[in-house]
Amino acid sequence: MRLVITVVGKDRVGIVSDIASICKELHVNIMDITQKVFDDMFAMVMLAQMTDSSAPFETVADRLEKCGDDAGLKIHTMHEDIFNSMHRI
Amino acid sequence: MLEINDILETISMIDKQHLDIRTVTMGISLFDCVSEDTGRLCDNIYDKITRLAGNLVQTGEDISRQYGIPIIHKRVAVTPVSLVARGMSPDDMVKIAKTLDRAADSCGINFIGGYSALVHKGMTAGERSLIESIPQALTETNSVCSSVNVATTKAGINLDAVGLMGNIIKKTAYLTRNDGSIGCAKLVVFANVPEDNPFMAGAFHGVGEGDCVINVGVSGPGVVSHALKKAPNANITEIADIIKKTAFKITRMGQLVAAEASRRLDVPFGIVDLSLAPTPAIGDSVAHILEEMGLERCGTHGTTACLALLNDAVKKGGAMASSHVGGLSGAFIPVSEDAGMIDAAKCGTLTLDKLEAMTAVCSVGLDMIAVPGDTSAETISAIIADEISIGVINNKTTAVRLIPAYGKTVGDEVSFGGLLGSAPVMPVHSESSEKFILRGGRIPAPQNALRN
Repeated sequence: MRLVITVVGKDRVGIVSDIASICKELHVNIMDITQKVFDDMFAMVMLAQMTDSSAPFETVADRLEKCGDDAGLKIHTMHEDIFNSMHRI
Repeated sequence: MLEINDILETISMIDKQHLDIRTVTMGISLFDCVSEDTGRLCDNIYDKITRLAGNLVQTGEDISRQYGIPIIHKRVAVTPVSLVARGMSPDDMVKIAKTLDRAADSCGINFIGGYSALVHKGMTAGERSLIESIPQALTETNSVCSSVNVATTKAGINLDAVGLMGNIIKKTAYLTRNDGSIGCAKLVVFANVPEDNPFMAGAFHGVGEGDCVINVGVSGPGVVSHALKKAPNANITEIADIIKKTAFKITRMGQLVAAEASRRLDVPFGIVDLSLAPTPAIGDSVAHILEEMGLERCGTHGTTACLALLNDAVKKGGAMASSHVGGLSGAFIPVSEDAGMIDAAKCGTLTLDKLEAMTAVCSVGLDMIAVPGDTSAETISAIIADEISIGVINNKTTAVRLIPAYGKTVGDEVSFGGLLGSAPVMPVHSESSEKFILRGGRIPAPQNALRN
């Protein structure tokens, strides 16, 4: 299963590193990152792959959400299929 | 690879534009619960519902978490109770209603539909019992929803049943008078009722359905409204296209959730209902879509045309997005549940007569409309007869969910709380329709029923 992780919030040093560390810890493989900073707004979309050794989906989503809450960022972790079904025929 | 703009669009729809799955409704057949002993029938019903729907809420929440899309309601619809409790007394019927309530409670669901009777051509003793028990059943339960089908295009209109329902609605309003006559919000009178509607209060599990099925209702007036805002100078053809594309996206999500719920619960997928269902939240209103199209206020001249376009475009966009479309599938215009409708009704632009015209081109009918508490039963029946005629002649579903708010009059407001919202009491015509209703009998099926 592939995840889409989106992160939006005020820019600071180490956001990508924080998210990537959680992915590493929970054995979620990062496949692609698109990231931009507009003025001081940070926006990132990350595509990640869950593997057999990954933590359960709920754990990954909870950890990322908590990381976002602590750092004042809005983080969504969603199954890739919702975007595929909505935007592809 | 997914486009970043698409991803951000989806997230914005969910976060800012109130996009959600309105309901995942499990239909459950009660035919194998039948017993002549009321106690045993109730036990069978309770056991079957809790066995099949025990995991419904948890599964809904898991799917919601995985896809990041809110699923507002998880609900159950059962076989019309009048069909499984044939010949029982009104007191026995109330016992069954309480059993449904208890089962809903134990599954953690907020509404259970199917306390229903299909009497479009005639009424058995059991069906009469059930209808007579409705006021008490809705008063003594929290989550039970009731519906009565009084007409079909094929059978015509059962005017006796229409006359009876006026009295039942009045009695329900009286018995639940301490809660704003809320019992009436859980009671719908139908023409051409669909058997796979996932939306309350009219949901039940039809006789042609299998043992258990998953039906899904989507929502998204806020998303449509937002899409139109971005095209302020589009002509009306372009508006129709924008709505179609948006409805397609919304419905695809419904289809995804329906398929996933069906897989996880190991229950066949039934249909996706394409209805645009509003909520009282700001930015989630069907009226505001119509106003976005260029009306100063919903209810003014042009409203019916805009609504017709909206309803048609939603169906065209949604039909391709789902493998099975069913239920009500059309824009809902429940007054109390739509911030824009409430405003338009309060200032008098939106009247009962205009709402009736609007229901000729959309789903579903005169929905969640508060009328003065002293409205006579015959007047309510006549309002039902009018609305039902629109459905019968036009071969579509229509329905009436009126609240004759006890002790309230025009200018007052009734508040039901939550998604049921609040409704200004709207005026009705004071001239009597009593003689017409008291004639009774059946209005013959229209010429266009003869299609073979």
